[in-house]
Amino acid sequence: MTITHSDHADSRAGDSVGARTGMWLFLYTEIMLFGGLFILYAAYYRIYTADFTGAGKELDMVMGALNTVILLVSSFSVAASITAIQKNSKKAAVAFLGSAILLGSIFLVNKYFEWGHKIDLGIFPNSPAMEGSSHGRVLFFNLYYTITGVHGVHIIIGMTLIAVTMIFIMLNKVTDQRYVLLENAGLYWHLVDLIWIFIFPLFYLIY
Amino acid sequence: MASVMVWFVIAVILGLLIRTELMVAGPTIMEAQTYNAIFTLHGVIMIFLFVIPAIPAIFGNFFLPIQLGTDDVFFPKLNLLSWYLYMLGGLLAILSLFAEGPPDTGWTFYVPFSVSTETNVGLTVTAAFILGVSSMLTGLNFITTVHRMRMPGMKWLEIPLFTWSLYATAWVQLLATPVLSITLLLVILERVFGTGLFDPAKGGDPVLYQHLFWMYSHPAVYIMILPGMGVISEIIPVFSRKSIFGYRAIVGSSMAIAIAGSLVWAHHMFTSGMSDVAVFVFSFLTFIVAIPSAIKVFSWVSTMYKGSILMTPPLFFALCFIYLFSIGGLTGLVLGAAGTNIQVHDTHFVVAHFHFVMFGGTGFAFFAALHFWWPKMFGIMYNFRSAYIAAVLTTTGFMLHYIPMFILGITGMPRRYYDYLPQFQTGNFFAGIGAYIMVAGIFVMFINLLISFKNGKTASDDPWGGTTLEWSVPSPPPLHNFVKPPEPQGYPYDFTALVDTTSLKGAEEP
Repeated sequence: MTITHSDHADSRAGDSVGARTGMWLFLYTEIMLFGGLFILYAAYYRIYTADFTGAGKELDMVMGALNTVILLVSSFSVAASITAIQKNSKKAAVAFLGSAILLGSIFLVNKYFEWGHKIDLGIFPNSPAMEGSSHGRVLFFNLYYTITGVHGVHIIIGMTLIAVTMIFIMLNKVTDQRYVLLENAGLYWHLVDLIWIFIFPLFYLIY
Repeated sequence: MASVMVWFVIAVILGLLIRTELMVAGPTIMEAQTYNAIFTLHGVIMIFLFVIPAIPAIFGNFFLPIQLGTDDVFFPKLNLLSWYLYMLGGLLAILSLFAEGPPDTGWTFYVPFSVSTETNVGLTVTAAFILGVSSMLTGLNFITTVHRMRMPGMKWLEIPLFTWSLYATAWVQLLATPVLSITLLLVILERVFGTGLFDPAKGGDPVLYQHLFWMYSHPAVYIMILPGMGVISEIIPVFSRKSIFGYRAIVGSSMAIAIAGSLVWAHHMFTSGMSDVAVFVFSFLTFIVAIPSAIKVFSWVSTMYKGSILMTPPLFFALCFIYLFSIGGLTGLVLGAAGTNIQVHDTHFVVAHFHFVMFGGTGFAFFAALHFWWPKMFGIMYNFRSAYIAAVLTTTGFMLHYIPMFILGITGMPRRYYDYLPQFQTGNFFAGIGAYIMVAGIFVMFINLLISFKNGKTASDDPWGGTTLEWSVPSPPPLHNFVKPPEPQGYPYDFTALVDTTSLKGAEEP
């Protein structure tokens, strides 16, 4: 990728369609990853339907709904930031990304309190308080920890990605001419959101 | 490339140790626990570090861009990352062999044993997880490259077959690997936190683990074999001096294998407990996959029919491939049929079958590719006679090694057992001898190739008379592959210009 063979190198660097194709393929692998977890959920839900609906009532629906709203607003922020960069307003783009990161952190803080509360109640894998529980309830909470945990890791990755993009905007490496990195970060963030949209009803809203 | 070879040699040694142990009944050179660790590591290294990445990582990264008429893959940095991940995963896998309590679960890591065993399964599982990510990134890279980097003017049906097969493989890598990642992650979580999602004591279902595991690992079988088929599809027409028979059929069957192969995973689990309907469906789908594989075999044979065949080491390996792969494929049907499966499930028949397809198939395709592209990659030609000797030794040893296993399997010797009943003595003894012949053959082959660095003649740009783009560039290719931008050539297997040339150009027998 040096200057000697620049026609090829240039075609790659300027090819935002290709970069987006790569990102979409990557998102696809993420969907498969969570797909595996959702299959587990589906299989166990079928066996222990009553336990699952019962345990679902123990989760705080208000907290879950709040987090859903937070993520939706942050998704809007990221989308707005793309529009801002297209209109070449750097400051607005950075500000929108900053608010997305802030909202992501609030989401994680909420999650921390939620998990902390459950752990205080003695609900966690292998806890003595769970020993007498029905199998379905144990599985429900173990799945809850696994799925929201893996999702939380993705939130952190997404926030890192957005932070990197933010720095690149400030360094003028992402501009109104070349903003595919921002688009890809946005795509990733929307996917993480979308997964939460599925997690929320499966755990908080089931009856 | 050197790194893949190192892993291959390590795994061969482990395999040889297994067979030596089994040559006579009772403990000979190792204890039962060591035996378990060694077959586990043999499986993990061979599958994740050799068979899956060998052809795509070495020949794919080298020739896919050239065959498309471009200078590199779409994401070169991602490619480098996947190499680092590959090495990291490999080192972890080896480390776990020497760690306190090497893993003893077999490469499948079946729960509940993999969760309850005291040994260091966590490390090996982590290694497999990292290797999975590496393979996924390679797939992503190849798909994007094929879509976006074809040289101007190259149409989809002008892509050489090797690249087509890598494209099909890449989709399987992308489709299936994440499922393995999450499954292995759950095993780790279960070991560390006791999440119990597969633990019957907590209401979990171990059979679900098997479903998730094979949902990746059966398609992975096609990740392993498809690039091999691609190599053969390149070699056969070149040495038959004849256009490949059924180009479209081969392209179609690659994609068909990729799709159908993703839908057959549960045939590994006929004895695990499934409804009869499920067994029937999966058995049927398994038979379906045989069709595109057979199409390819017929296409290769038809290509040679009435061709001007030029015998060379790559073609010799390719012919061995067709023969061994056909046996492997046909015995696969014995396993895929729901009835016979019950008899031979988890016996040495299975071991023999998958070694025929994985080693006789992918392994031999790898050897063929090595001999085919060696002059292109290094600009030197090896000694033909030693290469033939190596091929004959390897194939003979191979047959003597695995054919007895079919018989052992049908008569009921289970796989993965450390010891056996006296009636299995003869078969195991012969298999052991075969193993040594085979390893000797591989040894001769590698030595021959290495010697060519010192004694080999310089190879011309197109020593075999190939027509795909890689033969139009210097050997070895320069950093950016093409000296001048390549011309679109239309259909890649047009031998009309070569048809009077009956001898090798520039690389006669040394």
